[in-house]
Amino acid sequence: MTLLFFYLMAATVLTGGLGVVLIRSTIYAALFLIMSLVGVAGIYILLSVEFLALVQILIYAGAVTVLLVFALMLTRVEDLKERFDGEQKPLGAIAALALLGAFIAMWSQTEWPRDVDQITVVPFATISDALFGRWAVPFEVASGVLLVSLVGAIIIAMREGEEA
Amino acid sequence: MEVVSADVPLEHYLVLSGMLFAIGTYGVLARRNAVLIIMSVELMLNAVSINMVAFAVYTAPSLFTGIIFAIFIIAVAAAEVGLALAIVLRVFRNRGTANVDEINTLRW
Repeated sequence: MTLLFFYLMAATVLTGGLGVVLIRSTIYAALFLIMSLVGVAGIYILLSVEFLALVQILIYAGAVTVLLVFALMLTRVEDLKERFDGEQKPLGAIAALALLGAFIAMWSQTEWPRDVDQITVVPFATISDALFGRWAVPFEVASGVLLVSLVGAIIIAMREGEEA
Repeated sequence: MEVVSADVPLEHYLVLSGMLFAIGTYGVLARRNAVLIIMSVELMLNAVSINMVAFAVYTAPSLFTGIIFAIFIIAVAAAEVGLALAIVLRVFRNRGTANVDEINTLRW
């Protein structure tokens, strides 16, 4: 049953991903991206990390995709059919397949350190204890990164000679 | 922390994450529109997150560093998307295009 759900979610993720890179319409690509990201949230639920699944749907499928659609709207030029993929497309396919082959070859030769037939369910409270205890400094740095990138994005996107 | 037996082998998650990463790589290399390239980068970031969370719950039960890493990946990806889209917007305003191979002023 769990395995069936895994294959369903994996199919969602991979179909969405292929849609993003293959389809010839920018807005459909954004919709396929949402599909793929929701599939990744399902994978997190299977891994028993429900918190990450919620965050994934809120931030990725919600905020990031809306931002991408806005950017698509603002950088709209006429959708000519042949303008989507560059002429390096076959080379890209070869490189991606070679990368996948290298990954699979690597994993098939790896000996795992201990038996990997059981998973540990990490509860919400433990994650937050670690985040605000052991990882408190990186957590604060991340908030600084977000603030700086927010200000930076406003400065960069501002029109020339415009008052802030 | 509760330990349960896993119905899905670890390798399944690794192969899924590898495939998603390869798809993202192909998108970055083949697409011309900068916004579509950013979408492909998001796919690659998600692939890495799946990988790290899978390793965290399967092999590192006491540390679960991979989960913390995935949270930080999401935070940094949000910042990255905001900045990258601002840059794409500025380039589009200056050059009238969002196609990366038409932005070749620095090309030799």
